[in-house]
Order: sequence, then structure tokens, then C-alpha cells
Amino acid sequence: MATKAQSAEVSSTAGEGDEGVRRRDFLNVAAVSFAGVGGLAALAPLIVQMSPSADVLALATTEVDISKVQPGQGIKTQWRKQPIFVRNLTPKEMQEADAVSLSDLRDKQTLAERTKPGHKNWLITLGVCTHLGCVPLGIGEGENKGPYGGYFCPCHGSMYDTAGRIRQGPAPLNLQVPEYKFTSPTTVQIG
Amino acid sequence: MSFNWAKPYEPKSPFMKWLDERLPLPRLAYGAVGGGYPVPRNLNYWWNFGFSAGIFLTIQIITGIVLAMHYYATTDGAFNSVNQLIMRDVNAGWLLRYAHMNGASFFFIAVYIHIFRGLYYGSYKAPRELVWMLGLVIYLLMMATAFMGYVLPWGQMSYWGAQVITGFFSAFPLVGEPIRVWLLGGYAPDEAALTRFFSLHYLLPFVIAAVVILHIWALHIPGSGNPTGVDVKDEKDTLPFHPFYTAKDGWFVGAFLLVYAVVTFYAPNYLGHPDNYIPANPLATPAEIVPEWYFWPFYAILRSFTFDFILPAKLWGVLAMFASILLLFFLPWLDRSPVRSGSYRPVFQRFFWLLVLDVLLLGWAGGGAPTPLRNAIGQICGAYYFLHFLVILPIVSRLETPLPLPNSITESVLHGEAAEAAPAGQAKKRGGSVATAAAE
Repeated sequence: MATKAQSAEVSSTAGEGDEGVRRRDFLNVAAVSFAGVGGLAALAPLIVQMSPSADVLALATTEVDISKVQPGQGIKTQWRKQPIFVRNLTPKEMQEADAVSLSDLRDKQTLAERTKPGHKNWLITLGVCTHLGCVPLGIGEGENKGPYGGYFCPCHGSMYDTAGRIRQGPAPLNLQVPEYKFTSPTTVQIG
Repeated sequence: MSFNWAKPYEPKSPFMKWLDERLPLPRLAYGAVGGGYPVPRNLNYWWNFGFSAGIFLTIQIITGIVLAMHYYATTDGAFNSVNQLIMRDVNAGWLLRYAHMNGASFFFIAVYIHIFRGLYYGSYKAPRELVWMLGLVIYLLMMATAFMGYVLPWGQMSYWGAQVITGFFSAFPLVGEPIRVWLLGGYAPDEAALTRFFSLHYLLPFVIAAVVILHIWALHIPGSGNPTGVDVKDEKDTLPFHPFYTAKDGWFVGAFLLVYAVVTFYAPNYLGHPDNYIPANPLATPAEIVPEWYFWPFYAILRSFTFDFILPAKLWGVLAMFASILLLFFLPWLDRSPVRSGSYRPVFQRFFWLLVLDVLLLGWAGGGAPTPLRNAIGQICGAYYFLHFLVILPIVSRLETPLPLPNSITESVLHGEAAEAAPAGQAKKRGGSVATAAAE
């Protein structure tokens, strides 16, 4: 009874042009908020359905046999539908990569930071140019490796060195190193 | 809608009268594209491209709906459903597909001429700012639709185009990569991306059609502009849309469709890229990735940043490319000259043609492999593009002395016979006149 009298009082003052909260205002705000929260909740499935589905995520790890890759060679494989470059660096290529001073690099990383301890000759990167996602050349026999002996992206001319680091061209970052581990001396599990 | 001498709709048959009282759709059409819409009498052929663009939107929707009946939106089936099923097996499939492919190009040709018409004649100026901005919305929707449509055949250019264009988003720090993965539904273009692009490619043309209606609605409030840029003053300055402009637009669209037919029949792949007849291969990038010709100028701006400057070069490229279009939304406030038509602005006119040349050169720079010459031209022309809109236009519109304007549209049409022209300020005058009599 008390609340009723109170609100009646409030609404009567509001009716005279004061800024009091009327019962109707409260109901309006409550109703619209309720519908709004419901609307937002309904939006959630419409947004999450766009994210990678379970079958796409299920391809999260890939095993690669690297026993046949000789120094100076490389193979191209796939992980999560993206190309992966596995390259067995020659001692000369490793020397070249180590000889570069970090201050000359756009994305400062040493070859050792980009490989696993004890496996410094195995350079494993995504074969996806960090500019706009083309596949750089240089992994296959006879492909253009670019002036730095690593990879060359034909789309917009990004040039990578023997450690897969960006040296020249529009790409902002080094070729990405995926998560991986050596499950045996000749097998790598990516992802 | 716009002028008080617009002829009101009068249903003739009892049925039309009955209908008019219940659902006045014929009345709406009559006022929008019939005898009830007065249009300046001096429109030149540059004013025919809006109507033509509408025809091409219709052609795209019709051929597209039919093609969708035979298309498989799967990574295994897409390429063959287009190149084997539609091109060889489906009756008249080759014709429908080539019509759709080239229809997209001709839609863009019509729209580009329509846009440059607007730039020359100041069609974006008050009171038509919203007409211009809605037009830009249509243009942006067209770009999205065309891009997604180009992905559907799942050839090499389709795949790598999708990779590069969604790669734009990864340029943004932190949120970029998650957004890219969200848009693609995976880490690279695949099944999920293809099916959602197909779904949206089917949807967006109808959104475009809806915005076209808003575009025309906003246009009909002040009425169409005209080559002198002088406001309509009285009935003598206008002709009813039907039959005068329906006839002219119809004639012109016929001529335009003839060119379209010649390309569709004799050079159907001239505007496309041969690499799109190679099935998509996620492990091998084509030697050069170029988008469709209508994106070349923007592609040139995108790749004209080759060095870092505070932000990474890649982000600059993406920002500049988006800015080059978004900038046009501010055009009505960048060009402050009260004179609309470029015909009466001698200095503006020269810069306008320089801009046309600049955009053509940008197109050339974006249309091929990034050689040092193409990069240099792209950088110079990209910089000039921004200079034109952000510096030259505001300064020219302040300093320029325009040529004397005609007193009225009628005066400009009748040339030396100024005596016959109506003096200003008689726009409110009612009653029949020579023009209406002629129209009937």
C-alpha cells in the first residue's frame, strides 16, 4: 500500500512536468532492457557460427617425416590448410643467417630463436607471406629464393633470408614459426 | 514529388481507380519514373549512366539467380560446376555465365562513369549530399559483392584473391588476425569461406537494390541536377520523365547493351584473368596476383607503401586504400564552391581531368606485376589522389573565379534567345505551359 501511494504521488508530480520517475517509465525501461538482453543473447550464436568449426579445428596437429630431406633441400606440407615450409639448412646458410646483425632486421630474431635447440638446421615456418598471405617461392628445387637466399614472395616482392626473416619489401614480420616439437629425430609434430 | 507543377496521377480505368484507393503502387511509380516526375530539360548523355547501371543490376540479379541453380558451393565441386557443368552441360549455361561475368564489368563501367559525372558536375553538393553518400554505399556494397562473386569459381585467382583481401584485416594490430580467422571460418580460405561467400553474394545484390531505392528517393526530393548546375526555376525548365527520359534512357541503354553483347560474345574472357581457369591450389601462389580491373586503382594504392613509417608499411597500405574511398563521403564539405557545374569552373575543370588521368594511371599501376616503374607511378598517383581531394579542391573552391552562370536552364538551352527565358523567382507560378503541352 505504501509503495502504491508513493508512486501515485510521484506520477502526479511527473504529470506536472517534473523529472520524477513514473511507474510507466520504469516499465518501459525494464521491458526494453529485457528485450535488449534477449536480442543480444540471440546475436551470440549468429556471431560464433562464423568462427572455425570443430572439423576445421580437428586438423590442429600434423606429423611430418623429415628423414628424406637433405641439407639444402626443403619440403612443403600442410597444417590447418596452410602451407608449411620445412627446410634443412646448409652450414653456409646458417652462417649467413648468424652473420646478420640484429639491428639490420625489421623483426629482430636470431636463427637460434627461430629453431629448436640441437636442431638449428631445421627451419620450420608457415609458408604464408606476412604481407597479405601469398605463398613465397624458394622452398622447391630451382625456385627463386630472392637476393637473401631464403624466400621470395611473388605477389608484392617481399624478400626473406635463410632464417625466414623479412629483409626487404612490404611484409612487416618474419615468416611465422608454428608450434612444433621433435617427436623423434626424424619426425616433427606441428601444432 | 519535387515541383508543384508535377502532373498528378489520374487512374484511367475503373480497375486502376479501384487499385489506387487500396494500394497506390501505380501512383508511386508514376511519380518516381513516370510522367509525374519533372526532370531538367537539358540533361546530356552523361546522365544516362545511372539508368544503365540499374539495368545491369537487374541483369546481374537475373543471371545470378539462374546460375545459382547449377552451382555447387563446395571446394571439390565449385570449379567443375562452373567450368564443366555450367559452361558445357547446362543448356545456354555458357551464355548465362559469360553474361554474368561481363555484366559485372559493365555494371562497374556504368557506375564509374556515373561517379565521374557526379564529380564533374558537382552532383554531390547541397542539397544532394545524401544522394552522393548513398551512392557511395552502393559502390562499397558492389565491391564486396564483386569480390565474393569472383571467389565462387574457386580458380587460382579466386583463391588467392580471397587470401589477399581477407589478409587486409590481419594488418590491424591485435584484433586483425582473429577477425581474419573469424571472417574465413578457418586459417586459410576453405569450405567455410566459400559457402559463406556464396550466401552473402546472393544476399548483397538485394541490399544494393534496396539502397538504390533510397538513392532514387533522396534524389527525387530536390529533383535531378543538370549540366548547368543552375536550379530549376519553373515549369519551362523541366520535362516529364516519361516519355522524354524513358525514351532517351531506353535508346541509350540499347546502345550500351550492344557493346556489352559484343564483348560477351566475341571477347568474353578479355576482362578476366586466365589463371582463374586453373583450379585453386592452396600450396602454390600464381606468379602474380591481380584483382579484377575495377579494383586496380585501389590495389595500386594498397601496395604503394613499401617502407615502414611509425606504423608498418602493410597497415599504411590498407589504411590508405580504405581512406581513398571513405574520403569521398566528405567530398560535399571539401569542395566549398557554390557553383555546382564544372563547366563554369575553369580551374576546377583542369584539375578534374588531371584526376581522371591520375585514376587511369593508378589503374595501370595496379594492373600488373610490381615493377619499379609501376611502383613509382603508383606512389606518385596515389599521393596525388589524396592531394586532389584534401588540398587542391578546398583551395581551388576558395580562390577560383567561376564563369557567369546562365539565369536559368531554359536560357542556357535557348542560347541567344535570353528574352524568352523566365526571370528568376517565378518558381511558384502554376498552370499549363509550353513544356507540359508539348509533353502531352
